[in-house]
Parts: sequence; structure tokens; C-alpha cells
Amino acid sequence: MKPAVLTGEHYITGDVACAEGAIAAGCKFFGAYPITPATEIAEHMAARLPDIGGTFIQMEDEIAAIASILGAAWTGVKSMTATSGPGFSLMMENLGLGVCTETPCVIVNVQRTGPSTGLPTQTGQGDMMQARWGSHGDYELIALAPSSPQDCFYQTIRAFNLSEKYRVPVLVMADEIVGHMSEKVVIPEAKKIQVVDRPKPSGRKDRFHLYEAGPNGVAPMPAIGDGYNVHVTGLTHDERGYPAMTVEAQEEMMTRIKGKIRNNLDDIIETESYKMEDADIVVVSYGVSVRTGLSAVDQARAKGYKVGLLRLITVWPFPEEMIREIAKKVKGFITVEINLGQVHYEVERCAGGDAKAVLVGSAGGKIIHPEKVLACIQEEF
Amino acid sequence: MAFWRVPLDTQEIQVTLGTVCIIDDRCKGCGYCIEFCPKDILQFSEKFNRKGYHPPIVTKEGECVNCHYCEIICPEFAIFSVESEPAETK
Amino acid sequence: MTTNPKKLAKPPEHPLDDLIRTERIPHIWCPGCGIGTVFSSCLSAIKATELPYNQFTMVSGIGCSARGAGYIKLDSFHTTHGRAIPFASGIKMARPDLKVIVFSGDGDLFAIGGNHFIHAARRNMDMTVICVNNLTYGMTGGQVAATTPNMAKSTTTPLGNPDSPFNLPLLAYAAGASYVARWTILQTRDLTTAINEAINHKGFSFIEVLSPCPINYGRRNKEKPIDTMKLYQDHTIIKHGANPAEADIDFGKGVVIGKFIHIDKSTCDDRYTEMHRPCIDD
Repeated sequence: MKPAVLTGEHYITGDVACAEGAIAAGCKFFGAYPITPATEIAEHMAARLPDIGGTFIQMEDEIAAIASILGAAWTGVKSMTATSGPGFSLMMENLGLGVCTETPCVIVNVQRTGPSTGLPTQTGQGDMMQARWGSHGDYELIALAPSSPQDCFYQTIRAFNLSEKYRVPVLVMADEIVGHMSEKVVIPEAKKIQVVDRPKPSGRKDRFHLYEAGPNGVAPMPAIGDGYNVHVTGLTHDERGYPAMTVEAQEEMMTRIKGKIRNNLDDIIETESYKMEDADIVVVSYGVSVRTGLSAVDQARAKGYKVGLLRLITVWPFPEEMIREIAKKVKGFITVEINLGQVHYEVERCAGGDAKAVLVGSAGGKIIHPEKVLACIQEEF
Repeated sequence: MAFWRVPLDTQEIQVTLGTVCIIDDRCKGCGYCIEFCPKDILQFSEKFNRKGYHPPIVTKEGECVNCHYCEIICPEFAIFSVESEPAETK
Repeated sequence: MTTNPKKLAKPPEHPLDDLIRTERIPHIWCPGCGIGTVFSSCLSAIKATELPYNQFTMVSGIGCSARGAGYIKLDSFHTTHGRAIPFASGIKMARPDLKVIVFSGDGDLFAIGGNHFIHAARRNMDMTVICVNNLTYGMTGGQVAATTPNMAKSTTTPLGNPDSPFNLPLLAYAAGASYVARWTILQTRDLTTAINEAINHKGFSFIEVLSPCPINYGRRNKEKPIDTMKLYQDHTIIKHGANPAEADIDFGKGVVIGKFIHIDKSTCDDRYTEMHRPCIDD
């Protein structure tokens, strides 16, 4: 078998870096369906997985792709799929199944412009709210947004780690530019990469309850064939995993599956700050738009504005508390994203009137120019 | 069993006997066991089970041949037969 | 739990109680519904393999039949509507040593899940698909299905179904299934034998089981449960090896049942292993 972690310096695309990150995190199963601009992830996994004892399968559609990774996850392996807008829409129902049955898995969405077929080969960040609320019902999950190929590598590893730790599907919300651009990616030695595995049950099998959670709200997860005879259902279920058609069971289940995320925000939420120390104007951004933000901050600083950048690495759950705190100290927020207002409204909500919140968005297709942000700063502040 | 001629191996063949066990509270009264019992030994009983159905009752004790058909046709896991003491050979 | 005791359990324990989540019995299926019989037959077939129980897993979609996964005391998965087969494919490809059984209904497997069915059959994905065909959508109250006979009444075809139903064995065969059989719940022993054979068969096995839905199909088409069973008794023709093209469901002409296809061909996981892991022992 070839080594799983290709330690060294590489000049690769974000999509390939994402695939290598998955492999470094221990991913052994990839359920695929081709779609621009995420296909390269599947292609790379098809070539790499057999070498490391993993399995790649191209399914008949995205619905089947996500169904297959959920099934594979229950055999005890780490599994993943990658898609873009239309495929992401098709995955929504089974994403909910993953949340409800607490199945760890990673779904990469290399975003393109929508709605519908949109601009298939051009960038967009219009699936952010779909990532949060796309499946029916109320739920919590985790979404990360990488802003460079190197970041794709790390965020995919982190996505697997979080998904294993909290038994929840984790979304990697990349975009076409990040996915298709080539940059230097440094892959460290395997032993320097932190890899988290899902909690496994121990103790008497006949007294095992599938959803009896530990202190962090997460229950240990057996694999098929371990002898625990689990029943896994997307129906509202009790601690044993059995369908329970009562409001009490619904309340208990929802409290826990939301709670395991809401009560561990400090661990899940990751942000990065740039020149935030003395900033009174904050550019909020994520994914490829961070690159716009960084340039805009420098240009605005040169003109004498006290601007800083807050980069959301974890977009969902949203860093509400952090925005609230910042709002008390600054004049305003400028959210830069390639849509016409999605995360912007979250920022506005958390700013709660304490600070101004403006959007520099676009209908999609290309990266936003820093000058547009600069103009907004000059106009609004 | 009535034969129009006596089979040659009738001396060697032992018809197994069975005892029918009924788990009353699982029954939903579909009547498949009663309808398809090859020995016609089951009937709806007068009593009601916990869910309000009439479970079957064995009307001809000792005539069950332990064919298990009631057991396998029952959609409810409510009836089965076990082999009882072999019949005396004449 | 992981053993397969051959000894008959003592009364009053039902011989299949070791494979049932008894605390969940009685199940949700209506009086006269045949799903319980198919389910029971499936459990008997599992038992008859004498394989350890932890080598099995059952996957189902949504619908009445799909509730089966909730009653079997094995690792079992009740997934989303139509998606049992791709979920099961994921399990099979990640753990090829497992015996994967998909237990679901006609609406789930052939309407919303039809695409997944043909692709799994095409790949000869090594799994056993048991389709309880009650000719209708039972759980939602008896709407027309892809299997509802022409002119049969349903809540969404109050004047009768204008369309023709699928011939499921033909569909399965054409798509590439390597084991295809059809039975009704009345031929329970043959059904159990078929399921057992299908589990032991390496490849995509498909068994269609005709089963009454007295409440939501029978009631609207003037069939009491016993009437449906009589149809199964009097209007079926056992014809092993029959051409699946002649297996349309028409009780007027007689419905062909039996084992239609049983052929050996390489499976999806076999080919993957052969091509991608030529030196697995290294």
C-alpha cells in the first residue's frame, strides 16, 4: 500500500488538496457523482483510495452518493462525498437523515453560481443558507469554509475530526475559485496531523442504548457487525433508537442533537482575525471572499481607515456571541460574500443595531474586487 | 388419513404430532391460520385479546401434524407448533 | 445475539423471537396484511443459513414494508424514501463480507427508488432485495403505484388506473439481476427457500412477493384478505425458469410465479477488489 499522507510540498488545486486532506484524515470511502466544479475531488479519490485500502464508487446520482456514504459510515469507516449546487440540492433529504441518525460524514460543496444550473463553471457563495437550513425540519450541523488550497487540505481534515467527534455531517463549503486554483500546499508528516475517531461503545451489549449520550451530548457509535444490534431510523426515536411518535421524544431528541452543537461552540467555532486590534470597521468574510477582504483592509488602512478583517472559518454554527461583542466596540460591519446577502443578514442580526451592517455582495460568477469594498468603506463610514 | 389404497410403507411412516401454541395478544384476527390449516383444527375463539381481536383456538386437540403452516403464514408471530410425543406405532 | 441457535425455543417463545425486537411487537401492520408473513419468512431464511447473525444487516426505505427493519434484532437501517438500495450499496462496498438484505415495498423500490434499483442490478451489487408488492402505497392510504394493475381503483385513480404496471421480474432481469424470483405469501415455504437461496447467492438477488393490502387496496377493489389469498392459490402458475417477459401480473390469465433467473456472474465488490487490490496480501 502507498502512504496515505503525501508529506511534502505540492502545487495542486483546492479540489485535490481537499481530497488529500480527506485521505490524511482517514477517509476510506467516497461516494461520487460528477459535477462541475467538484469533479476533480472524485477523480482524485478514484485514483487514490484503492492505494490506501479504501473504496471509491460512482453512484447513479447525488442522492445515491450521499446515501452510500451514510451506509458506509455505519460500517465504521470515515466517508465523504463532494458536489456542487444542483447536487447539493439533491442531497438535502439524506443530509437530514445524517443529522437525525447522527452519522458522521463529510460533504464538500464546491459552490458555483445558481439558481438552477446557473453558471456551472463560475464561482459563487449562494449555498450558504441552504447549507444551514436546506434539509427540512430544525437541526444543527457544522459548515466550514476554506479560502485557499492549503486551507482546503486543513479544513477537510478538521471537517472529518468534527464530524467524528460530534457525530454530525460536516459541510466543507468551498467554491469554484478555491477548488480550481493551484497554489502551494504543504502536507506535513502524518504524525503531526491530528486525527479524531468517533467514540466507540464498550460494556454490556445487551444493555447498550444507541443514543445514550456522554457528557458532551454525543453517544458512542458501534459499527455494523459489532454485535450491538442497533436500529437506526430517521423517524423521531428514543434513547434506544426505536421510533417514538410522541412530542416528548421529539423534544428530547431535538434538545440533544441541537445541544451537542450549541453546547460546544467554543470547540467548533474557528475564526481568524487580521488587523482587528484597533479596528472600528470590520470586514466579515469567508471562503474565497476572504482574499477580497484582506486586500481591501490593506488598501483602506493605507487611506487611514481603521479596518480589520474577521474571517469565518466555521460559518455554521454562526459565531453569534463574537459578533455581538465586536458590535459593541465598532462602528460597523461589511460582509463580503458572492451572493446578494446571506451571511450578511446573520451579521446584521447579531450586530443588533449596536453597529451598522452593510453588504458588499455580487450576483455571482467572479470574485468581488477589493475596490468595491473600499468604495463601500468610503461611502458608509 | 384416508387412503384409497394402503401405501406400501404405511408401517414405517410415522405421522408427527404437534401442539399448537398461540400467543393470544399478538393476534390481529386475520384468520389465515384458520383458513389454511390442512387439518382444519383451528377456529376463531369467542374471547377477545388485549387489542379486541378474536385469536384462534384449537378445536381438535391431538390432530395437529406439526406442519408449521400456521406458524409460517401468520404475519404476527402469534402462532407456532412444536412437536409432541410421537404417536404409538400399531 | 451473534450466534445462530439451531435448537427450537421452548414455548411460549415463538421460534423467531430471538430475531425479533419482541418489545416492539405487535407491529404496525394491519390485520390481514401480508408484510408480516414475508418478514417472518425472511427471518426463517436468515436462520436457515446458520450464519452468525452479526454478518447480516437489513436496510429499508420508507413505507409499510420498510418498517420491517425496525422489528428485526440485527443491525438495521430505516432510511429515506427510495434510498435503501444506495444506502445498502455503501454498506456492501465498505464491508463486502456482510450479507446485506434490503426489505422494502414496491412504491419505495420501484417508483421513487427505481433508478437506484436498476443501477444496483446492473452492477450485480451483492445484496438481496425483497420487495413486498401489495400493488399500492399502503402507508399513505392507498394511492396508485407503479405496480397497481390497469383499471384498479385507488384514492388517486378513483375511476381506475389508466396506466400499466411494471413487470418487476422483467425489469430486474433486464437491468442485470442475477437471481430473480416471484412468490406470494401463500407459498410461504417456497418463499423462505427462495430468500435463503438469494442470501446465499453471490450477486444481486431480487424477490418479488405478492402480498395483500386488505385495508388500502383490497377494500377499494372488492377483495377481502381471504379473497386475495384465494387468488394466490387458484390463479398462480408455478413455472421455474419462466421467461420474465411472460410474468405480467394478470390474475385473469394467471400469474406466473417461481424462480426465473439464477445465474453466476461477477459482482461489483468482486470486480473492485480484483482490479484495485491485486496484491492485497502484500
